[in-house]
Amino acid sequence: MTGPSSSPPFPLPVRLVESLGRVALDVVQSLGRFGRFLGAAVAFIFVPPFKVRRLVDRVNFVGFQSLTIVILTGAFTGMVLGLQIFLVLARFGAEGFLGPAVALSLIRELGPVLCAVFVTGLAGSALTAEIGIMRITEQIDALTVMALNPTRYLVVPALVAGVICFPLMTAIFDVVGIFGGYLVSVKLLGLSKGTYFGEMQTFVDWSDIMVGFWKSVSFGILVPWVCTYKGFHCGHGAEGVARATTQAVVLSSVLILVWDYLLGSVLP
Amino acid sequence: MIRVQSLYKTFGRQAVLRGVDLEVATAEIMVVIGRSGGGKSVLLKHLIGLLHPDSGAVMVDGTDITRLRGAALDQIRQRYGVVFQGGALFDSMSVFDNVAFPLREKSRLPAADVQNRVQEKLEQVGLAGMGAKHPAEISGGMRKRVAIARALVTEPEVVFFDEPTTGLDPILVNTIHHLIVELHRKFRFTAVMVSHEIPEIFGIADRVAMLHEGIIVESGSPEAIQASTNPVVQHFIQGDIEGAGHGVPHAGARA
Repeated sequence: MTGPSSSPPFPLPVRLVESLGRVALDVVQSLGRFGRFLGAAVAFIFVPPFKVRRLVDRVNFVGFQSLTIVILTGAFTGMVLGLQIFLVLARFGAEGFLGPAVALSLIRELGPVLCAVFVTGLAGSALTAEIGIMRITEQIDALTVMALNPTRYLVVPALVAGVICFPLMTAIFDVVGIFGGYLVSVKLLGLSKGTYFGEMQTFVDWSDIMVGFWKSVSFGILVPWVCTYKGFHCGHGAEGVARATTQAVVLSSVLILVWDYLLGSVLP
Repeated sequence: MIRVQSLYKTFGRQAVLRGVDLEVATAEIMVVIGRSGGGKSVLLKHLIGLLHPDSGAVMVDGTDITRLRGAALDQIRQRYGVVFQGGALFDSMSVFDNVAFPLREKSRLPAADVQNRVQEKLEQVGLAGMGAKHPAEISGGMRKRVAIARALVTEPEVVFFDEPTTGLDPILVNTIHHLIVELHRKFRFTAVMVSHEIPEIFGIADRVAMLHEGIIVESGSPEAIQASTNPVVQHFIQGDIEGAGHGVPHAGARA
């Protein structure tokens, strides 16, 4: 057997280029696998049999079980926005714009982004851990040898549930946040109710709502995609699952922000 | 009939299978023995199409399954039942639902027939009345029996057992082996078992093959294997630490 020690020693620059090449190849291969994983899942969405019961279960898992945290964080985000923007606008005597400022911040940016980040931490991490444990305990192999496609069974329902739940949860986050801003600015700081809501109707356009909607739909694909992929490709043992879960949350959160910027710069 | 021809598999720089040749006749119990980490489970995963070899073939009734993908491979797998090493039970489901799962997903049986079939299988493995429990609430031996019931519920032609008795006490080892023999006698499936339970497997196998360092070094009837003059086989079945492979401590066989 030829061991590494017996191979001819290449000069350091050559080894550096080799390492760089290997890293580049790994990255390209990983991206390819990542893309194919989504491609396969999307293809199975349209091919019967449809796993309706499994989808309902995932909607409950991703959506319903995240509602409390979405409402709680939405309320406090709106309250913080109401307070801080009020203090800034008060310096210019422009408190009347508080309603639109809170609503536009929430509807266009903070609603979809924060909602997606919180749901990633809550449901996304659980999704990765669940699939990761199934991987290391051979449950995914068991599905495969039963001639049941694990992608169809585990990934497709999560993906569809994400597309259904994320816009709904974002809408709830936005509405609760706007009422949080209302509580602080109207009930605590004395702004008139008519000013808060009236200006909001004037300034918030349908296109603003659609920006938030498209962002939430894309996050609804992105988060289950990353989280199920990481679960499927987790390493060995409990450590592998733990690492995959951390990676899923970090990668999802980073991609949410990057994608948010890209969409924000493209959408009107 | 399953025929493995010159199967090679390498992981990184480690050659795990180095030209495996093996034949499993219809309705026999073939037990593949060998040391832990010797590639037995890797071989089994090739037989069920979970791994693809670097080269070689796995012929199932004349079809090379290493070349099949997707629906064609699934068609072969529908003739299979697999008992995984750890059971691979779905921990979110009850025992009953675990056993019913393949029927509900892959057959068009009415719910009442599924109910009857599952109850029957649970009775056959001695777990009648345990259907409502979850895998976490039952013992390791029971989990193995649930896994066997799940593997057999679709009445497969070939059943693969990946170390079905690992981690069980000697009484449970014998219980599981007797259960497998009894079910085999009843349903006449082809059984391929990977195990290092020496000498227990000699009592249940029709034929035994020894996998050592990536190749089948000997195969034949249990009597022939026990009488083999091959020192590797003898060292293994006697649990000989000194001769168990280049001075490496023997971790697999039970004396």
